[in-house]
Amino acid sequence: MKLHEYQAKDIFAESGIPVPNGQLVTAQDHAAKAVQIINGPPWVVKAQVHAGGRGKGGGVKVAHYPYEVVTATETLLGRPLVTKQTGPDGVIVNQVLIEEGVEIDREFYLSMIVDRTSARPTMVFSQAGGMEIEEVAAESPELILQEDVDPAVGWMPYQARNLIYGLGPLPSPGAIKELISVMRNVYKIFTTFDCSMLEINPLVITKTGSAMALDAKLIIDDNALFRQKELLQLDDPREKDPLELMAGEYNLNYIRLDGNIGAMVNGAGLAMATMDVIKLAGADPANFLDVGGGASEEMITKGFEIILEDRRVKAILINIFGGILRCDVLARGVLAAAKKTDIRVPLIVRLEGTNVAEGRKIIGESGLRFLVATDIAEAADLVADQVLGAG
Amino acid sequence: MIMSILVDENSRVVVQGITGREGTFHTRQMIDYGTKVCAGVTPGKGGQKCEGVPVFNTVQEAVEKEGVNVSCIFVPPPFSSDAIMEAASADMSVIVCITEGIPILDMVKVTAFLRDRNSVLIGPNCPGIISPGKTKVGIMPGAIHRQGDMAIISRSGTLTYEVVDQLTKAGLGQSTCIGIGGDPIVGTDFIDHLRRFKEDSETRGVVLIGEIGGTAEEEAADYIKDEFSKPVIAYIAGRTAPPGRRMGHAGAIISGGQGKAEDKIKALQTAGITVASDLATLGETALDVMGKNEVA
Repeated sequence: MKLHEYQAKDIFAESGIPVPNGQLVTAQDHAAKAVQIINGPPWVVKAQVHAGGRGKGGGVKVAHYPYEVVTATETLLGRPLVTKQTGPDGVIVNQVLIEEGVEIDREFYLSMIVDRTSARPTMVFSQAGGMEIEEVAAESPELILQEDVDPAVGWMPYQARNLIYGLGPLPSPGAIKELISVMRNVYKIFTTFDCSMLEINPLVITKTGSAMALDAKLIIDDNALFRQKELLQLDDPREKDPLELMAGEYNLNYIRLDGNIGAMVNGAGLAMATMDVIKLAGADPANFLDVGGGASEEMITKGFEIILEDRRVKAILINIFGGILRCDVLARGVLAAAKKTDIRVPLIVRLEGTNVAEGRKIIGESGLRFLVATDIAEAADLVADQVLGAG
Repeated sequence: MIMSILVDENSRVVVQGITGREGTFHTRQMIDYGTKVCAGVTPGKGGQKCEGVPVFNTVQEAVEKEGVNVSCIFVPPPFSSDAIMEAASADMSVIVCITEGIPILDMVKVTAFLRDRNSVLIGPNCPGIISPGKTKVGIMPGAIHRQGDMAIISRSGTLTYEVVDQLTKAGLGQSTCIGIGGDPIVGTDFIDHLRRFKEDSETRGVVLIGEIGGTAEEEAADYIKDEFSKPVIAYIAGRTAPPGRRMGHAGAIISGGQGKAEDKIKALQTAGITVASDLATLGETALDVMGKNEVA
């Protein structure tokens, strides 16, 4: 679960990481008032969206006069913001954060993730702050320093010293102390709130010598939300695709893509592979949909409805390898959905595994227009036929 | 009979979480396959029976009374890390954790805990391990497997069944199939098991099924190039996956430019491994490679 910048900064502030004074604004006429209570000039007006690439997409504006804050807020609020992560339609900006401008002496990059290879939380620190860390990694990897945390003891002060005392020139003793404190608090936040990613870019030292997080990214581990219930209220469903939201309510794993061949598959790996098969057949998948290992008839029905809700879909490929999910359950779910919904596109069905004979029989006797494939190769051919037919 | 790796017909299995819906269902399936399920564990339900199997309160008790040495875990995510550690402290040689959805920071602790112990953890978020004709510890449909000399190591579940089915239909039976799990942190990776298959006289070739996310496939490619001489056929799922989105499996995400399918495919091909580009013809590709190898 992604948090907005202002939500992450609230958590930072409560946990002892300094952030600029700021005010969240959700209506245009509140901007003028916000300017009066926040130090400035300058001010910074920042669109609050989950998508990355916000700065380059024009979602962050610097204002030198109060009227500029108002104008910037008007330009952003309620309008779509297009970044490299949003797609061509962009996302609607529902909230902006108005902050005091900070005079920057130095910028750093600081983040924590769980490193897959060492299976430990890892702090990543770089003096190349304000840049995208992927670019730094590609161009000057020597500027990226890392410290793995031993979970038995947690983050130790020496690790902060390892990261900081390599800097040239060395920050002032006061600033070093503050950086050490920020790092300690990053680990505390990371473990307290079950983060899968925490990023501060840039972490700055101000002209007055204090450390401050100018930006904040927090992603909470979805698997840990059962014990982070107080964070659930920070979820912003407006940021999600409505179909993905609907799928989530039924524990279906659905991701909307750009193509026109809908897909329903059991198991994430097979679902990914099925997308690849569709692509190889010369078509493009409209979605990723994993109905899971133990899907019920109701979940299948719902999944089917969600695919059909997407008006771009020209054909649907159902690829099920029955293990725990039995083919007859799948078949009944599809039929139930077919009765409720007007199916206007061809259905390609490939069933294999547990109770396959019964599943195929149900499909065969349904009287619906199914194209039955016995294996993946045949399913791919049928998809290709649909593409040719449409073209 | 020749020994397979990790588990065989002598493995004595304890099912942790046996009285839950999944635990009970798969206990029956495993018994029907021929697995020696000797005990179950559900705290507070010791003394009961489930599918004819005695239930104990702790794994330790199951060891004392039934001599179990392999565990299969079905307990819900909030309690899974505890269950894995309990199994390891009771010295299970192999721990198979089926559960999906364990918090990543719990797995950080589990990994640290296992470092000084002898247990081999398979999973979590995996279908388990099967040595066809001998035993299955997991949830895969037994009927699609045939005993043979192909090993499979995979990050996926149903995709593995698809591959097994194709191999079986192509006349290629399996020595041992292992689903290592779809999470970012798993107990054992491709290389851990490649080392075992290298020494396994029953295994003639390996099918490696990877997917986007992380760098496990690239690391496996390096290992194979340097130390593994049996033929390997690989398949990578997720070539069409968009960056930054988690594709079902918690571990299947392309992040920061890392974890892309094309990088994995390139690394494997550079190591001389045949990468099947089309899932539909994977069985044929494997037959092709193994057939050629027989002649050579």
